[in-house]
Amino acid sequence: MSSRVEDYASHLNQETIDSVRGASALKVTSRQVALKAVFVDADEARANAAEIKNYVLDNLSKLLLELEANCEKNGIQVHWAKDAAAANRIILDLCRKASPEGGTIAKAKSMATEEIHLNKHLEEAGYQPVETDLGEFVVQIDGDTPSHIVTPIIHKNRRQIAESFKREGLGEYSEVPEILAMQAREYLRQKFKDAKIGISGVNFGIAATGRLVLVENEGNSRLSTTAPPIHIALMGIEKILPEERDLALFIPLLAGSATGQTVTSYTHLISGPRNNNLDGPEEVHLVLLDNGRTRVLNGRYREILRCIRCGACMNVCPVYRQSSGHAYGHVYGGPIGAVLVPAMEGVEKFGDLAKASSLCGACEEVCPVKIPLPDMLLKLRDDAYRAKLNKDGIPWGPFAFGATHPGAWRMGLKMLPMASKLPHPLKKGWTESREAPGREGRDFRRWWHDRS
Amino acid sequence: MWQEFRTNPRTAGRCEQSPPSGIIEPNVPRVRLFLTCLCDAFFGEVGIATVKCLEHAGCEVEFVESQTCCGQPPFNAGDWADARRVATHCRTALLETKLPVVAPSSSCTAMVRHGFPMLFEGTEHENAFELAEFLVHEVGLQAWPAKKEYKRKIALHRACHGRALGLTNEQELLLQCIPGVELIPFNHPEQCCGFGGAFSVNHKNLSANIGLEKLHQILESGAEEIVGGDMGCLMHLDGLIQRNKMPLTVRHFAEILAEVIE
Repeated sequence: MSSRVEDYASHLNQETIDSVRGASALKVTSRQVALKAVFVDADEARANAAEIKNYVLDNLSKLLLELEANCEKNGIQVHWAKDAAAANRIILDLCRKASPEGGTIAKAKSMATEEIHLNKHLEEAGYQPVETDLGEFVVQIDGDTPSHIVTPIIHKNRRQIAESFKREGLGEYSEVPEILAMQAREYLRQKFKDAKIGISGVNFGIAATGRLVLVENEGNSRLSTTAPPIHIALMGIEKILPEERDLALFIPLLAGSATGQTVTSYTHLISGPRNNNLDGPEEVHLVLLDNGRTRVLNGRYREILRCIRCGACMNVCPVYRQSSGHAYGHVYGGPIGAVLVPAMEGVEKFGDLAKASSLCGACEEVCPVKIPLPDMLLKLRDDAYRAKLNKDGIPWGPFAFGATHPGAWRMGLKMLPMASKLPHPLKKGWTESREAPGREGRDFRRWWHDRS
Repeated sequence: MWQEFRTNPRTAGRCEQSPPSGIIEPNVPRVRLFLTCLCDAFFGEVGIATVKCLEHAGCEVEFVESQTCCGQPPFNAGDWADARRVATHCRTALLETKLPVVAPSSSCTAMVRHGFPMLFEGTEHENAFELAEFLVHEVGLQAWPAKKEYKRKIALHRACHGRALGLTNEQELLLQCIPGVELIPFNHPEQCCGFGGAFSVNHKNLSANIGLEKLHQILESGAEEIVGGDMGCLMHLDGLIQRNKMPLTVRHFAEILAEVIE
């Protein structure tokens, strides 16, 4: 049984593969350098981080209530969203209250808002959400979708971006990254001034202090969360950390794993709305998003909720490198997507994603919270098989019969040279791009028999 | 018994000691060969080489004729019911022994050590070893006692299932002191070859493209031969090499170890 990832990758152009593969490979190297610079033992740091996240998952209800209470103490208004529809409704209601006549919304990069397709809902209601992260901005003007959770335009090269900017009238054609960044900056500056509302995600919500932590490199999150009068933050319920001291571990781990930095250029600890001074928004809202996470928490894939969305598993994944995030048909691609998406939305719809892996385990090796991704891919395959979603797969019954009957096994092996001359669907898949193996040299069993 | 000889070498990269010579003192009297189905079906020479390596390391090797497969193909496909049937046979026929069970494959060994506990909760088979892991950690070899040279520029491909076993530089340790062997570094060594069992046929394009990327990196390094510890990877890479007529050969490390002691 194949998958949508294979189908997509089979039709992907070489230019895109080169972009994805090149950028991914660079980040694999920079990740190693950054983690080595910060941690005496990066593996131990990863193990500690996994333990803290396990504690969070084990005490999630308690910590969420603690976060809510402390946020409200700080003046952050907390809202609970059971699913994507509820989150969109809550955010739209807040927007309508703040700016009933529509208008510009400054958006900081957030995968949670991608997950609930917030922009579509805002646009349909007459608002103009503007993505202010450079990568997300390119995605938006191209009518594209992110192909990576950290670097959304990993599938594009600078020539393509330059063409998009020229088409949108952002300035003279240039392939120089600094010039392109300046063009976007000039365009976006006005948007920040116009925006009535700013919307962001949250990297970590601190239960003990009720502060929202955001990390970024462009400064656009700072503007999105402070310039407009209203700031709305959307956060998956698993993104909690118990205390602020945990940031000492998680921020360098996230920065190193995601972008190969020892620390991000900006780290925001948002303590609430403006407080008797001129800076900051008048209102801060936190929308806590479940959207299937509670179900995952109580099931076979609980550990996937440790994820801090660094994308390291995508960068190192050989399948992702040949296919891009778009191949997965969901906002979350790569190994994290191949587990998270079927775990949240069901194997019936997304079980094929778990098949799109050689189970090499490179993802687990780099995961900052040590999620056993390959084991989870195997469990998803088990789930899909038991749900009888594998009808066109290889029938394993005859193989299992042979492998449990040594006489039949030996007979089968003897007949193999003959059988391998016959056409077989397995053989066709193999020989399309490779030569078939022949029996080379001596047969082991005969050799063993002859010498003893 | 054999656990007493466990060592923990942390030397990697260069040959730092003079290679030992002659037969090693037999401190591991008896081991059981886990042939693996690929060597049973196609690559008998690798099985033969494995026996020779183990015997040269001072072990007496026994072979259980009723062994078949570990059950990894149906396990990876999600058919855990059939995988359990095959795995049960493997446990009964091969693993229910106090003897170390040694396979020329990290993939099959990982199935036993890591996969079986997923199929049968609460079980463990700590007596299953990959060949290089066994020679280095159990026998205690720090280098291979070669009698002959093997003059070749080698790209050592680390099979991914070694990750599940916690393997590090065992194969490198054994190869690097053989006279004539030149281990050539290549870019992105952590990347998979793209084989992945049934993945190689149900995701044939991805599998081939991942393999070709690996082969390009190795060709660029100037290596002549790809050496690995899993016939799955090597069979896939060799199929691609032949189809694309690349100037590369593949070999299991056991074949080299066996060749230089004859």
